[in-house]
Amino acid sequence: MLELRDVSFAYPDGDWTWQHVDLRLEEGELVLACGRTGSGKSTLLGLFNGLVPHFTGGTLAGDVLVDGRSVVGVPPRELAHLVGYVPQDPLSGFVSDVVEDELAYGMEQLGLPPQTMRRRVEETLDLLGIADLRRRPIRALSGGQQQRVAIGAVLTMHPRVLVLDEPTSALDPTAAEDVLATVARLVDDLGLTVVVAEHRMERVVPFADRLVVVDGGTVTVGAPAALLVDSPVAPPLVELGRLAGWDPLPLSVREARRRRTDLQARLAEPGTAPAPAGEPVLTARGVSVTYTSHVAVREVDLLVRAGEVVGLMGRNGSGKSSLLWALRGALKRAGGSVDVGGGDPAGLSSAEARARIGLVPQTAADLLYLETVADECATADEQAEVAPGTCRGLLDRLAPGIDEARHPRDLSEGQRLALVLAVVLTSCPSVVVLDEPTRGLDYAGKAELAAILRDLADQGHGIVVASHDVEFVAEVADTVVVMAEGEIVSRGPAAEVLAESPSFAPQVSKVLGAPWLTVHQVREAMA
Amino acid sequence: MLARDLHPGAWWLWAIGLAAAATFTLNPVALLLIWAIAALVVMARRSEAPWALSFRLYVYLAVFVVVLRVVFRIIFGTAATEADLIVLHLPEIPLPEAARGIQLLGDVTLVALLSGLYDGLRLGAIILCVGAANALANPKRLLKSVPPALYEVGTAVVVALTIFPQLAESVQRVNRARKLRGSPGRGVGVLRRVVVPVLEDALERSMTLAMGMDARGYGRSGRATARERVVTGLLMLLALFALCIGIYAYLDATAPRVLAVGGLGVGVVLAAAGLWSAGRRVERTRYRPDRWRGAELLTVASGLAVAVGVDRAYALDPYAVVPGLDGWPEVSPWVLAIILVGALPAFLTPPPAVPRGADHHEREVVDA
Repeated sequence: MLELRDVSFAYPDGDWTWQHVDLRLEEGELVLACGRTGSGKSTLLGLFNGLVPHFTGGTLAGDVLVDGRSVVGVPPRELAHLVGYVPQDPLSGFVSDVVEDELAYGMEQLGLPPQTMRRRVEETLDLLGIADLRRRPIRALSGGQQQRVAIGAVLTMHPRVLVLDEPTSALDPTAAEDVLATVARLVDDLGLTVVVAEHRMERVVPFADRLVVVDGGTVTVGAPAALLVDSPVAPPLVELGRLAGWDPLPLSVREARRRRTDLQARLAEPGTAPAPAGEPVLTARGVSVTYTSHVAVREVDLLVRAGEVVGLMGRNGSGKSSLLWALRGALKRAGGSVDVGGGDPAGLSSAEARARIGLVPQTAADLLYLETVADECATADEQAEVAPGTCRGLLDRLAPGIDEARHPRDLSEGQRLALVLAVVLTSCPSVVVLDEPTRGLDYAGKAELAAILRDLADQGHGIVVASHDVEFVAEVADTVVVMAEGEIVSRGPAAEVLAESPSFAPQVSKVLGAPWLTVHQVREAMA
Repeated sequence: MLARDLHPGAWWLWAIGLAAAATFTLNPVALLLIWAIAALVVMARRSEAPWALSFRLYVYLAVFVVVLRVVFRIIFGTAATEADLIVLHLPEIPLPEAARGIQLLGDVTLVALLSGLYDGLRLGAIILCVGAANALANPKRLLKSVPPALYEVGTAVVVALTIFPQLAESVQRVNRARKLRGSPGRGVGVLRRVVVPVLEDALERSMTLAMGMDARGYGRSGRATARERVVTGLLMLLALFALCIGIYAYLDATAPRVLAVGGLGVGVVLAAAGLWSAGRRVERTRYRPDRWRGAELLTVASGLAVAVGVDRAYALDPYAVVPGLDGWPEVSPWVLAIILVGALPAFLTPPPAVPRGADHHEREVVDA
């Protein structure tokens, strides 16, 4: 039905993003597009409904066909009834403010008769399980609900292909499962063709019929088990399979679990990680945060030791971010005390607070406002009253080789994060807290970040990192704290807390059981 | 009556009728009655939506206007004549010769006080009528009810309205991040640190929105033939031409009245035809449009009746509508009865629909 025939694409004044792509989407299949950050996955997805090159500009060679008819040059609006496109951040693509109106919007544009619209809205509300949200303002919904509304809004047009760009990147593990289960059901029940781009592949690989690997200017299409053998990005399960030499590679935890015995026999007893024993660098007692009548954080106690990485987990809206901001002293506390190096950051001058605790916010780029990387670094040095070049030195250690004349906006997601981290570290705070730092990072980027954080911890910094990404937390954290409804519901060594939780268990521990958490551990135990 | 939301246009027409009646009269009793009616209908028929809560602000504003009017009359007094009743003796502040004609403080006459009060009440009534319409009518649904030919404009305004809360959120977020970075900086620097990221954010967001809208079919071309386009264009041009002639003739007292009325009439008819023709080729439908039904017509009629009634009453008994300023105003039961018609919507329209399961699910401000 939808076919790319020898397609190549280049952005204006750029090299070919990828060349000679042949891809034919069949009826009712789920295709997973993966690749490193910046490899051109999103560009490939935009091709299906003409957003590329209509909105991005650039050169397109080759042919895009719908039912054998070329649609090159046709604007996205004329393909709206065929291809439903859900952008990466659904919130920024919503046109109306109420769920029901949003679902109807596309149909209004198609000029469907009112009875049909009414019927389809009801059907879609039921299909996605959002009927009770119909009159709710979209902005008040949770991330998972918003994502389902965004999917519903294109489904009402009855497209034949559904294109999803990173549908779960902002969601907590449970909400992500929900959305993906919904997508899988659409493929099964409606025979819809779905194309998904996703960084955290572990969630989608079990459902995928075919894999599209975008890497270094080439695009390979094939069966997941075959392509994952040497794809540049692979979920931990596949890494484990590669390590154990399993052939064919297991794609679901169930498959892997059936074959684990031979691997278990080859593993030495895992060494238990020593409990962090450094001096406490941050002590919080009874911290509460309220928004009008809503209690976001309720009397939370937290202790962070020097050299310890604390992973903070919990669903969206469980109070993780509020807690981090309150620890930094940048959000008004309704009660409790925070002690970092003998002082409360909320009561200290801005410079003193920064020298004790540094916060990397969720939208890290908010901290950057100057035109070049060099300016940002110079300002950071000046503000921290340290020798010029300190920040640049840190940056070079975190992400070497960034051209200092570049605009921070033009950096890749990972480079920008490194720059913000460098700016924060310039003041040499004893505690660093990071809010959801892995968004938009691929496996390699996350591994790098994990190494950086471990390194900082080894130098004696205390680190708190809030994240939805269980694999990342498993990699980096010594201690895991789980929050729900503003309270801490469990805390303890990462191996215990993660492996015990059904929704937070990383893939390796699902396969091998506790206390195994990461492929890294397994590799060491095999040697 | 089954609960449902009334057509927003009906509320606006009703409020305009009431406001028009307020401009015709200076009778304090009649004006206070209009205040009361606006408040009553809002209390009876407003929904739980955020815009419905804005009425209180309009009440504050109206009261403020009344007080301001009276205070101004006291501060900037007028020279009292023998016949005037003086209510308050204040020392007059002498002003230089250049400000002759202006009197600061001094004797305050009853006439001045009352005229200030009545004037304030009238302005306040108009403010309250606008406030009532605002509180009762869903602004977005009103925009959705524009004729199909103006659909694009309507959508643009709806989107702009959605952007504002997002912009506020952006500013808040960036401001907080700026504090993290420390050193609040000086003057222009601060502004720049907030404005640059917020604008970048807004720009990026509008691009995404434009992409999203386009991907969902916004602006799909209809099937208008070249001929239809020419006809629509021609109709619009002729309408503009006729309207120009009509307005010119209306303003020029020496021009024949026929030209004024005829020009305006023909212009309006042609413009309507043009809009209809333009709308016909738009292939777009509307999901659950608001319909004009009995309750809507009744609401509009009641507002209109008040306006026409008060206007007629002035012709019959001017003193009851615009009372003298030398004592208690004359109150005519007829005028009050006419105005009371405006309160009918509070009882004869269906109550607003209450959203099912509308629990106030608050999202955390920080957690996205």
